Amino acid sequence: MKDFIIPDPRYYGTGLDGADMGTPAVDSDQVVTLSIDGFAVTVPAGTSVMRAAATIGIDIPKLCATDTLDAFGSCRLCLVEIDGRKGTPASCTTPVAENMVVHTSTERINRIRKGVIELYASDHPAIGIGDPANGDSRFQEMAARVGLREVRYEPGANHVFTHGPNGAENPLHDGGVDRSNPYFSYDPAKCIACSLCIRACDDIQGTFALTMEGRGFDTRMSAGGADDNYLTSDCVSCGACVQVCPTGSLQENAVIEIGLPEREIITTCAYCGVGCNFKAEMKGDQLVRMVPWKDGKANHGHSCVKGRFAWGYANHGDRILKPMIRDRITDPWQEVSWEVALSEAARRLRAVQEKYGRTSIGGLTSSRCTNEETYLVQKLIRAVFGNNNTDTCGRVCHSPTGYGLGQAFGTSAGTQDFDSVEHTDVFIIMGANPTDAHPVFGSKLKQQMRRGAKMIVIDPRRIDLVQSTGIKADYHLPVRPGTNVAIVSALAHVIVTEGLIDEDFIRNRCDWDEFQHYAEFITDPRHSPENLAELTGVPADVVRGAARLYATAKNGAIFYGLGVTEHSQGSTAVMGIANLAMMTGNLGRDGVGVSPLRGQNNVQGSCDMGSFPHELPGYRHLSDDVTRELFEDMWGVMLDKEPGLRINNMLDAAVDGTFKGMYIQGEDIMQSDPDTRHVAAGLESMECVVIHDLFLNGTADFAHIFLPGSTFLEKDGTFTNSERRINRVRKVMEPKNGYADWEVTQMLANVMGADWSYTHPSQIMDEIAATTPSFAGVSFDLIDRLGSLQWPCNEKAPEGTPVMHVGEFVRGKGRFLITEYIPTDEKTGPRFPLLLTTGRTLTQYNAGVQTQRTANTVWYEEDLLEIHPHDAEVRGVRDGAYVRLASRMGETTLRALITDRVSPGVVYTTFHHATNQTNVVTTDYSDWATNCPEYKVTAVQVSPSNGPTEWQETQARRAEIARRVLPAAE
Amino acid sequence: MTDEKMIHMANQIAAFFETQPEDAVAAVADHLEKFWEARMKAQLYAHVDRGGKGLHDSVIAAVTRMRETA
Ligand code: SF4
Ligand code: SF4
Ligand code: FES
Repeated sequence: MKDFIIPDPRYYGTGLDGADMGTPAVDSDQVVTLSIDGFAVTVPAGTSVMRAAATIGIDIPKLCATDTLDAFGSCRLCLVEIDGRKGTPASCTTPVAENMVVHTSTERINRIRKGVIELYASDHPAIGIGDPANGDSRFQEMAARVGLREVRYEPGANHVFTHGPNGAENPLHDGGVDRSNPYFSYDPAKCIACSLCIRACDDIQGTFALTMEGRGFDTRMSAGGADDNYLTSDCVSCGACVQVCPTGSLQENAVIEIGLPEREIITTCAYCGVGCNFKAEMKGDQLVRMVPWKDGKANHGHSCVKGRFAWGYANHGDRILKPMIRDRITDPWQEVSWEVALSEAARRLRAVQEKYGRTSIGGLTSSRCTNEETYLVQKLIRAVFGNNNTDTCGRVCHSPTGYGLGQAFGTSAGTQDFDSVEHTDVFIIMGANPTDAHPVFGSKLKQQMRRGAKMIVIDPRRIDLVQSTGIKADYHLPVRPGTNVAIVSALAHVIVTEGLIDEDFIRNRCDWDEFQHYAEFITDPRHSPENLAELTGVPADVVRGAARLYATAKNGAIFYGLGVTEHSQGSTAVMGIANLAMMTGNLGRDGVGVSPLRGQNNVQGSCDMGSFPHELPGYRHLSDDVTRELFEDMWGVMLDKEPGLRINNMLDAAVDGTFKGMYIQGEDIMQSDPDTRHVAAGLESMECVVIHDLFLNGTADFAHIFLPGSTFLEKDGTFTNSERRINRVRKVMEPKNGYADWEVTQMLANVMGADWSYTHPSQIMDEIAATTPSFAGVSFDLIDRLGSLQWPCNEKAPEGTPVMHVGEFVRGKGRFLITEYIPTDEKTGPRFPLLLTTGRTLTQYNAGVQTQRTANTVWYEEDLLEIHPHDAEVRGVRDGAYVRLASRMGETTLRALITDRVSPGVVYTTFHHATNQTNVVTTDYSDWATNCPEYKVTAVQVSPSNGPTEWQETQARRAEIARRVLPAAE
Repeated sequence: MTDEKMIHMANQIAAFFETQPEDAVAAVADHLEKFWEARMKAQLYAHVDRGGKGLHDSVIAAVTRMRETA
C-alpha cells in the first residue's frame, strides 16, 4: 500500500517549494517503500535515502549535496544509520531499498556530525561560526543545527592564514580574495574543498573552468590555471558555482554590499528567448540578486551571466524617467508632465494623419515588452490609428520562420519543449550559436552531448559547439554564407537517394503525391553533395556522413537560428529544414522536431500577439472575415483589411514622403536594422516620432516625443519563450518612471479617443484568450497554478502543449515544398571580395543599450571583426588593430581579431556597439517572402585603418546634439 | 521605395513560385495581395502601366489578374 503520493515531477520539478532535496529526482516505473525515522515513504527505485527523507520533510544535514547535481559523498555530514547495516553510510550516495529502516538522527550520528563540522570550522576560521552577518551560508546553518558553539582544535597546516603560529609567513597562503569578476568574489579562505562548484561548472554549465588545487589541508578550488583569476579563466560567469557554494566562499558582491535579501518573487528573464525563471530577491524596494529558479521549466535552476547578473541597467543614471518633447530633432529635449507629453503625441500624430492621410502613421511593438503590452500596441495601431502599419523586430529575425513553418506544418512555432532534447540522439544546429546567444539551452545541449548524443553543426563559423572542453561535434559543415538552401538540399538528396526516408511517416502524415513530386526534384544530380561542394564550400563526404547520421538517428532534432532566416532565401531554407524532419519522421514526439531559437525574450510572443501588419493575434490573416469581425465586435471599430507596411516598407515610404509619424516601443532600429543610412534617412523625414523606451538610444536621436519606459522588474505580464512557453513576469518594484508600459500605451490610446479601462494586465490576457483559439485556456490564474504553460492551450489541451503536431499536423497533412537554390544578388567581386556575416556574443545583448550599462562590458568592450589569418596577412591587417570595413552600402571601422574560427573569405562581427555601427555596411536585400533583411551575407572589403569613418564621427556628433536635455521649468 | 528595389522584391517572389508545381501567376498574385501594402501595390501597378520594365513575366501576369479580381 502506498501511503505517500509521489509528487508529479512535471509540476514539482526538482523540489517542493524550492527546498533542496539533496539529490536529483529519479525517473523510474518501479517504486520502493521504506521507513525513515518511523515514517513509511514510497519513492521511485534508485532514489537516494537523502531525497526520500526530504520528500517527507526530513532534511538530513548536508554540505556537498544538492539536487541539481549527482551525489558525490565527500563531506560525510549526511550519514545515517540503517538497521542491519554496519557503520554510518552517507545518505546522499545510498539508494533506497525495499523495507529498509533508516534512522537519521541518533546520538552516535549527531556526535559524528558535530565532529565533522568542528574539523572544518577549525581549519576555516574565516567562515565565522556564529557570525550572524552571513546567514546565507549552508555551512553556518549546519553548524547551528549540529549544535557547534566552539572549536576545540588548533588549525593544522592550511592555506587560510597569512602567518603561521610561530609568526613566520605561511607559504601555503594564497593571496586573499579573488575580486576579478565584477559580480562575485571568491575567498579561498572559506573553501572547504567540497567540489560542488567544480561539479556545477562541469556538469551543469559545461565550461570546465575550475579545478581543485593543492593537497590535504592546503586543498582549495582554483579558477583556471596557476596564473589565472576568475576573469582570465574560461569562466563565463553563469553563477552556477556561486549558487551551490555551501560556505559563502563564492558570494555575490551585491550580497556583500547590500546584505541579505528579505523576500523573493518569481519572475522571468528579459534577455534571450530561453526565458529563464528567476527568484528576484529583494531587500525593501532594492533588488539584491537574481537567483535562477529551480522549478523554472525552461532553465531548471540554471542561468547565464546576463539574466543572473546584468540587471544593473534598471537603476542606471542614464535612464530617462520624465517625459520629454521637442519641435525639431536638433533642439534640446524639454522635460514635461505626462499630460503634456501624451497630448502632444496625440495632437501631432493626428495632425500628421490629417495632412498626409490615415495610413501615414504606424508603430512598432517591442519583443522586449510583455505579451499584454505588445497586444495593446497593435490594438492601438489597428483600432485607434485606424490602419495596419504595425510591425516588430520579429520582422528582422524570425519572420521567415513564421512563413516557412506556417506553409509546411500550419503554424509558426517551434515544435518541442527544451526538455525534449534529453531524448535526442542526433542534433542538427544550423545558423545558431546557442552557447553565446541562448546560453542555458547551450549548456543543456552540451550535457546531452556528454551523455553521448551526436552533433552536426551547420555554420560558417566554428562555434563553441563544434569543439570545446568536454565536447566535440561529429560533423561541422562550414557552409559559405548565402548557400543554406543548397546545403539543406544536398542533405535531403542524400537521404532520399540512399533510401533513408521514413516512408511510413510520409505516407501517414504527409501528402504522398506531393512527396513524389518533391522526391523527383531532389534526386536530380544537381543537388548532390558532390555537385554542390564547390558552391557551399563543404566537402561531399562530410555532407553524406552528416545526412546519414541524422536520417538513421532514433531521434533527430533540428534547432536553428538567424543564420537560417536572415537571408534572401530565409523562408526557403526554413521550408527545407521542415522537409528534412518530415522525410525522416522526426516530428510529433519527444526528442525530435524543428525548433527556431528566438533571439529576444518575447519574439515568439510579439509574433503571436498580432504584431505583423498582415495578421491578427494567433496568426490569422486580416482577409479572414470571421476573425476580423470578431475583433471588430470586441473593439467596437471597423478594421482595415488591407495589410499594412512592414518596418522596412515604412522606412521606404518615409523616404518617399508618404509615411510621417511613428510610435516605437522598446526598439532601437538605428542600431539593430540593416543599412543604417537608409534608416536614418527614413527617420529624419518623419514629422512625429514618439519613442517609448528606457534610454535615449540611437533611434531617439530622431524623435520628437520621448515617453519613459519601465523595466521588466516594474510590471506584471507574460513573456513567451522559444518553446511557446508563457512565463509570468511579476512586478518586484514600482516603476521608476511612474507607469508600466501597458499603462502608457493605454493613456496614449485614450488621449487619442479610445476608451480603454484595463486595470491589470491579466484583463488584457483575458481579452487575448477570448479572441484567440490557441490561447483560449490561458489566464494568469492558470499560469500561476502551473508555473508556466505552452500554447496551444485550450479545450483540447487544457494545460498546454509541450510537443506539437502529435498524430497530425496543425494544417492536417505535412507539406513538402520545392526548395530550389536561388543565389542572392549580394555577390563578392574584385571591390568587395569577402563575405561578412554577423552574430552575437554571450555577454552582450542586441543593440547593447542594456548590457552596456552593466559591468558586462569587462568581457566585450567593443565589436570585433573576426578575420582568417590568411585574409589578414594579404591585407596587412594586424591583430587588435583598427580596420576599415566597407561594403557597397557604407563603411565603418572596428578592431580586428585574427582567428581561424572563420574560413578564408569570410569575416564575422557582432552588432552590439553603437560606436562600431556594424549595420552601416549591411544591405537592403531581404527574404523574398517576408522582407526579413539579409544580415548574414554582405560582400565587403577589409583594409587597415587609423580611425573612425566620417559616418561614425557624424553619428557621434549627432548623438551629442540630439541628447541634450533641459530640465523642466520649476 | 525605388522602382529598382520594388522590381527586385517582386521578382524574388516570382522566382520562388516559378519553382513550385502550382500556378505561379496565381501564387504570386496571392502573395502580393496578402503581404504588400496598398501603396506598394500601387507603385507596382504604375510600373506595369509604364511597360513593367525589368519585371518577371509572372509578376506582370499576376498584376493583371489582381486588377481583374479587385
Ligand atoms: S560562474 Fe559558471 S562558468 Fe564561471 S566558474 Fe562558476 S560555474 Fe563555471
Ligand atoms: S539571457 Fe537567456 S539564458 Fe541567460 S538567463 Fe536570460 S533567458 Fe536565461
Ligand atoms: S552531503 Fe552526503 S556526503 Fe556530503
